[in-house]
Amino acid sequence: MVKEIERAGIPVVHMCTVTPISMTVGANRIVPTIAIPHPLGNPSLSHDEEYALRKKLVNRALEALTTEVTEQTIFEV
Amino acid sequence: MSYRVVHYINQFFANIGGEEMAHVAPELREGFVGPGMAFNQAWKGEAEIVKTIVCGDSYYAEHEKEAKAQILEWVKAEKPDIFIAGPAFNAGRYGYACANVALAVKEELGIPVLTGMYVENPGADLKNKVLIYETANSAAGMRKAAPGMAKLALKLMKGEEIGASCQEGYMPNGIRKNFFEKERGSKRAVDMLLKKLNGEHFVTEYPMPSFDRVAPNPAIKDLSKATIALCTSGGIVPKGNPDHIESSSASHYGEYSLDGFDKLSSADHETAHGGYDPVYANEDPNRVLPVDVMREFEREGKIGKLHNLYYATVGNGTAVASAKAFAAEYAQKLKKAGVDAVIMTST
Repeated sequence: MVKEIERAGIPVVHMCTVTPISMTVGANRIVPTIAIPHPLGNPSLSHDEEYALRKKLVNRALEALTTEVTEQTIFEV
Repeated sequence: MSYRVVHYINQFFANIGGEEMAHVAPELREGFVGPGMAFNQAWKGEAEIVKTIVCGDSYYAEHEKEAKAQILEWVKAEKPDIFIAGPAFNAGRYGYACANVALAVKEELGIPVLTGMYVENPGADLKNKVLIYETANSAAGMRKAAPGMAKLALKLMKGEEIGASCQEGYMPNGIRKNFFEKERGSKRAVDMLLKKLNGEHFVTEYPMPSFDRVAPNPAIKDLSKATIALCTSGGIVPKGNPDHIESSSASHYGEYSLDGFDKLSSADHETAHGGYDPVYANEDPNRVLPVDVMREFEREGKIGKLHNLYYATVGNGTAVASAKAFAAEYAQKLKKAGVDAVIMTST
């Protein structure tokens, strides 16, 4: 799906846990996330800590969208 | 004395459970478990599964290094004649685990390996590095896959020469071998052309490689003026799943409004995805679709705005062709709506 969005001319960042799969499907901007059932959260944290974690991850995704890339790039958090 | 086999399977095929048990750590069992029985039967005593390693799919994906190290230790101690993983059919994390564990066993222990899966499984990406038997896309294909894999495995254990991929049933692995054809090239080419002109089935001798890569688009210049949309393959839908998006092999996607939502909650949204434990996403859907954080960024002026519609489907055994068609369609909608960038989340 990321590839079709990219093909339509819209920059896209893929946030996912299993980044090798994202590389295989051809995402160009990739942000690794926490876990398969809760990519953007961590139920073992307090509500505030979890929100801060999510904010950090989404912030990284926005950084990826504002960064020029020429090839598939993983933006480590 | 019969050949000795170590077999790798996931929690589902070991009958431990489905997604709710996908977190289980690797475990070593004596003899065959689940699908291993079909292999043992096919070998008729010539080979036998001595140990079965069971590992949860999510555990492997999230702790690859530790899982791999533990599995290698067990396989090393057993010194089998072959290591077999799966078959995984179209299960993405399972296929990924099978191919990667098999590759590690082959490279680090020098033991022959074989795995099996559906051609679209992400694990099949390693088909040039490990021998992957091509299976159907669901476990219903086990009856056909087991004898084929067993036969190929026996050849590997005996050190016999392996025939071409189209004869043995493995995925083409890029290795070419010279041999003499009965007919010369010009005649074969004309025969092929005649078949093509007559609309008959023909098999090319040189399939074109398929590289489907899309070059990255330029970065967003000014986030504070950008409209950003959220999309997900994690199945986040309004509570009650109004469009009945299937929990696996989704046939469609949904377009949903975010108007009036400052965040998502268990009262109004849930996941329709049947391929991961839904407890966490149902408890707090922002864990998959981060509407809460995006709203804060919108208020702060960090981003121009969050697009008022989001697109969701279930990426669980969903055909690549379907996913491609969904996104090709909604990407045009996003474009028409003036969306500048997309955040896609996957589980």
